Amino acid sequence: MAEVLRFESVSIDYIGKAGRQPIVSGVSFAIAPGASLGLVGESGCGKSTVALAAMRYLPPGMRISAGRILVEGHDTAGMSDKQLSAIRGNRIAMIYQDPMSSLNPVMTVGEQLMEVPLLHGVADRAGAYRRAVAMLGEVRLSDPELMMARYPHQLSGGQQQRVVIAMALMAEPALLIMDEPTTGLDVTIEAAILELVRELRSKFGAAILFISHNLGTVARICDRIGVLYAGRLVESGDIRAVFHRPAHPYTHGLLAALPRLDASGKGGRLSPIEGTLTAADRARAGCAFGPRCAHVVVAECTERTVPLVEVEPGTGHVARCARLDAVRRALHAAAAKGGGEAADAGAPILLDVKNLTKHYELGGRFGGRARRVVRALSEATFQARAGQTLAIVGESGCGKSTLAKTISGLIAATRGEARLGGADLARMPVDRRPRDLRRRIQMVFQNPDSTLNPSHSVEFALMRPLKVLRGMKQAEAKRQVARLMEQVQLPPELLARMPHQLSGGQRQRVAIARALAGQPDLVVADEPVSALDVSVQAAILNLLSDLLRHARIGLIVISHDLALVRHMADWVAVMYLGRIVEYGPADRVFAPPYHPYTEALLAAAPKPDPDEGPPKVILGGAMPSPTQVVAGCPFASRCPRKLGALCDAEPPPVRRFGDHWIACHIDLPPPAAAAERVARPAAGA
Amino acid sequence: MSAPKRAIAAETGAAAPAAGAAAPARRGAAKRAWALVGASPIAMIGGAIILFWCLCALFAPWVAPYPPNKIDPAQLVYPYPSWRHWLGVDHLGRDILSRLIWGARTVLIVAPIAVFSAAALGIVLGLVSGYRGGVADAVIMRVGDTLLAFPKIILYLIIMAKFGASAFNIIAVIGVTNAPIIARIVRAVTLDVKNRDYVAAARMRGESPLYIMLVEILPNARGPLIVDVFLRLGYTTIAIGVLGFLGVGLPPPDPDWGGMIKETYGMIFVWPHMTIIPAVAISSLVIGCNLLATGLREAAHDG
Repeated sequence: MAEVLRFESVSIDYIGKAGRQPIVSGVSFAIAPGASLGLVGESGCGKSTVALAAMRYLPPGMRISAGRILVEGHDTAGMSDKQLSAIRGNRIAMIYQDPMSSLNPVMTVGEQLMEVPLLHGVADRAGAYRRAVAMLGEVRLSDPELMMARYPHQLSGGQQQRVVIAMALMAEPALLIMDEPTTGLDVTIEAAILELVRELRSKFGAAILFISHNLGTVARICDRIGVLYAGRLVESGDIRAVFHRPAHPYTHGLLAALPRLDASGKGGRLSPIEGTLTAADRARAGCAFGPRCAHVVVAECTERTVPLVEVEPGTGHVARCARLDAVRRALHAAAAKGGGEAADAGAPILLDVKNLTKHYELGGRFGGRARRVVRALSEATFQARAGQTLAIVGESGCGKSTLAKTISGLIAATRGEARLGGADLARMPVDRRPRDLRRRIQMVFQNPDSTLNPSHSVEFALMRPLKVLRGMKQAEAKRQVARLMEQVQLPPELLARMPHQLSGGQRQRVAIARALAGQPDLVVADEPVSALDVSVQAAILNLLSDLLRHARIGLIVISHDLALVRHMADWVAVMYLGRIVEYGPADRVFAPPYHPYTEALLAAAPKPDPDEGPPKVILGGAMPSPTQVVAGCPFASRCPRKLGALCDAEPPPVRRFGDHWIACHIDLPPPAAAAERVARPAAGA
Repeated sequence: MSAPKRAIAAETGAAAPAAGAAAPARRGAAKRAWALVGASPIAMIGGAIILFWCLCALFAPWVAPYPPNKIDPAQLVYPYPSWRHWLGVDHLGRDILSRLIWGARTVLIVAPIAVFSAAALGIVLGLVSGYRGGVADAVIMRVGDTLLAFPKIILYLIIMAKFGASAFNIIAVIGVTNAPIIARIVRAVTLDVKNRDYVAAARMRGESPLYIMLVEILPNARGPLIVDVFLRLGYTTIAIGVLGFLGVGLPPPDPDWGGMIKETYGMIFVWPHMTIIPAVAISSLVIGCNLLATGLREAAHDG
């Protein structure tokens, strides 16, 4: 039987104002029935374009300039629109990142599902209804009959994505293209969706083309992987071969740049891939990765087109590298790791937070509805220490951003205290704080697109805090700006640039420089790298931890990425539903005994290791609404280790193991010995 | 230290072509505007029409072939366009071309001043309303809605009848009636921008609300504001024409395009050119403004 999808050296060009730009060049791969191929790469590498080309759905301006795309053995180039639409949805179904964009908001879930068989004329209404209900059951949605009558906006993000998957499977396609299907979702929901995809794949036998920037998710789903860089396939092969023995320097760099959960504690430096992907790389004659590669040799790499070379003959593991053997030797030699540094409870306490609580009131006055109280943050207690990093982790909606905003003064707390030096920040919003106090706490924001004002130059963005917070005059501030740029490793030419002329990583560096301008004591970073590519992420993280450790600045980092937290935190607070459920030094939080929620988060975090089995714990359900009053444990409704009525009725006792505490009813054993921690060798290193 | 340095060099080299501009980073505002206009043929045409009328207004004493108010009934024997009077003469024998050229002065002085006062008032109201929210927002927006709900022509007539027809009153009435629309635009941008991280960063520095509104927020409304100002210039040209036509525009005998139509429309079936030519002049300026606004909007979306 023919492969469900075959790309034969396909090139795609974009024809725009600036002339012809190659987007994808010479990409070849094939997916056998029932197989699954993962395509990974940084943003701008052309992976989504490949997906669209497979459906012949290229946006205006894009054109296939060379090669053939075959679907089940038939060349799609010669097909009429009618033939194409018979393939789309019927033989190939696509699942996009944002489920809301593939669901019609004015139609019920049921109508949309039934449309598939009705449109293809394979069932009558009663038959379609039966199939739709059955399919909703297959994607593990509870109460499918009820779900049929719902509208998309009434579902949670995870439920929506399940409906989209159900819709894609309704036509029993031969190939399922998934373009970043779990990117916007929380780790626990992501883990559940990935498990579902695995399960359905073996059940329905559909082949999968899985597109993602996240190596962890690809490792969980796929049996083959292709690495795209600048529109070219630089490495492909069996997933185990590529993950364990990456041959191309780029693949190797991607794996090395990834913070890992199983790393032996904090402090090891990530190895970023230097530089960024540029438009020029796509048109380069030689190796596209050349400008960023440490092994590049003139002529050999830069002048000729580099062919795909077999890494291990007979295995199908190929890499587009001209110096494969030299690279392999060099990478073997460099496989050394830096040691860790333990959390130091002796470091002076910078910020002492006790019972910090924030309640929002909704409705009331004009709303007509009854007044509801959102308990965004309840009784948070923790300390931040000078020169150390406290990480706050949890799923979206757990109150971690509220916590950051309360400390930074953008909102005022309802109760509790947060002492910095002699001042209580909790009830003091930023416009009431004296200048010196404002200077001492600075923030780094998540989104590189909105962290800098698009109307002002980099220089303006850096000068202003120096003048306002440190009272500097123009000339002095100018000198200081130059020093700041050096600290964040940006060349001074960038000062005159506007934010839109900078890459995401550069913008985030400027944002860090801006935060450092006031010489703060404490920096609050809200997901500082979650919007950046893996390779850039590592560089920013290294920079941040170097600068702060050097200046003995405390850091509170808000994150949902446990691997990242494992990598950089000295202290960790795990939050759920506005409460801290576990708190302590990072080494001890990441080792047993765990709070059941921490355990579930750790299990759900995607690991870049194809040998990792399915997660041991998968959380079902969703976080309860923060408007509900929870009498017992906040996690009781989803806890896989729930004891019984006790958990619902009584607030959990706090179990202390030295600095480390866990709020749980389960009588957890004390940590037996630090040595008992399961140490796995880091994969791929 | 050498490794990170190299990384940055690569990163820098990368960003410039990615931004799509080999040109130096910070160009003057004028140059940037010119680049925007140049990028769109539609904006070019619109700009050319406006520029044509501006030049006419500026050099009126030199380019107008006759004094605009010179009455010469002898020309009424043959009032149509001819070699002596390119666009013909009106019912009093005045040269239409000269009156158009001089009339451009009136419209091109009164309309921009009126629109700019509307913009100034609208910006202040929009910023306050969007940034402060609450009661201030409710009051400003409801008053604005009330004003917008009122038929404009009737409002013009009432005010002009009460306070008399003068350039100042035209500017005031157009300024006040257009301000709510501009306030809405600025408010929408403010509502969006005030929750951006850079505004939070400014608040954390302890910037005053005035600074945040004027320096952090307002520049980001530049794009939609410029487009709207040009659209409004077009509408104001019509409004001034209408006021002139209704007899509450600028007092005669000074040439005013709307007034020219009013004075001659009774003769439209006898001497149609006397009415049609000033009407075409008004339309051309309005179309010029609209084309420029459309072109700028498209260019801004592409870039």
